[in-house]
Amino acid sequence: MKPIPFDYTAPSTVGEAVALLADEEREAKVVAGGQSLIPMLNMRLARPEVLVDITRIPELGRLHVDGSGDLRIGAAVRQAHAAADNAVRDGWPLLAAAIGHIGHPQIRNRGTVCGSLAHHDPAAELPTAALALDARFVITGPRGTRTVIAEDFFVATFSTAVEADELLTEVVFPLPPAHHGWAFEELTRRHGDFATVGVAAVLERDTATNTCRAARVVFCGAGPVPVRLPAVEDALVGSDIGEQAVAAAANAALSRLTPSDDVHATAEYRREGAAHLLVRACTTAWERC
Amino acid sequence: MTPSVPAPLGARTPPLAEPSAWHEISLTVNGRPVTAQVESRLLLSDFLRDRLGLTGTHVGCEHGVCGACTVLVDDKPVRTCLTLVVQCAGAELRTVEGLAPADAPLTPVQRAFHECHGMQCGFCTPGFVMTATALVEQHERPDEKQVADALSGHLCRCTGYRNIRRAVCQALDERFGE
Repeated sequence: MKPIPFDYTAPSTVGEAVALLADEEREAKVVAGGQSLIPMLNMRLARPEVLVDITRIPELGRLHVDGSGDLRIGAAVRQAHAAADNAVRDGWPLLAAAIGHIGHPQIRNRGTVCGSLAHHDPAAELPTAALALDARFVITGPRGTRTVIAEDFFVATFSTAVEADELLTEVVFPLPPAHHGWAFEELTRRHGDFATVGVAAVLERDTATNTCRAARVVFCGAGPVPVRLPAVEDALVGSDIGEQAVAAAANAALSRLTPSDDVHATAEYRREGAAHLLVRACTTAWERC
Repeated sequence: MTPSVPAPLGARTPPLAEPSAWHEISLTVNGRPVTAQVESRLLLSDFLRDRLGLTGTHVGCEHGVCGACTVLVDDKPVRTCLTLVVQCAGAELRTVEGLAPADAPLTPVQRAFHECHGMQCGFCTPGFVMTATALVEQHERPDEKQVADALSGHLCRCTGYRNIRRAVCQALDERFGE
């Protein structure tokens, strides 16, 4: 349970960090909070030749709401910091709630928001929250800086749009619509575990007709990436989120989700759990609209 | 049956002679400045125990599950088995040894654990005590849910959670008034 030997370096600019990542001589790995990486180092599942610690890069430690009202979280911002921030709690409560489900406070004191997103465990809370909140990802590499939308960011289990020589520098959460409600629900065996299955829901209310104008419903633990199902959202949009509409959405989830069996739960159990959580999430989100 | 032979490490092993695998770092431990030469891969838990002789920090699972190795880094409880000491350059650390030196009275948290019998075998205790210390140092009293959330980051294999929780509540009562 000790890591293999490796080099460590803590650059002070994004440019230096990217140059280190782009160095083909040595296999580099980014470390920020290390709460996913260090267990893998301890178990020797990860064997990088050099760790690039990005927490000493001042610009990455920034969390702020920009001129257009979007929330921008730099790559070195700790989860506990983001969840306790008043702007986050007021404007993006789903994000704060999702962070509350990550591990334990001792983990969240070190782990970063961007770290969890770039690591992309498909049972993790933040990728699901990011897709539900329509987040954008700012990625910098030797070929410049690009922005990727959440739909394109999560590629497969432990794989994202960030290439080996690139760095996720910032995640941007757009200003949510005015009349919206949210919910984050998950099923775990023990407090602090990864989700066996979970759901994040964002519903937008049309105040004139009192119906659902738009819905974003995302499942975690239900596939190799966070899962959005058009059939589920179609069942909700235009409805009053009454019993019938929610049941139709739950049925759509039951018939279309394709989670896998593993040591934690069978696929059937996950599907059932997801459908139940969906009902709860829709009801809660609608009440919050 | 053929005995399994460990695979050779191969060419991937970085050269130990590489100077950047070693670092001189300075940090503060229990109020005292410490400067040390450390290897990149050295975990904070091993640094505290093996290099500084602060064996009050216990190492249980070594992958972030049990919480026994929790110390305060810049006043926040963190897992030392999930932290490299090089990441802590410039940080202020507090371990269980720093709470009440030999000639000083126990802190209210330590006293509460003593009075409420908040331990059985004692292996998990240093971790619990450090998390509890951070809780009583907050500006506002944490609510029950926050206390449960904080304590859920620690495992007690004796399952003595009720008394641990009582001890933490007693310390909080003393700090914030009932």
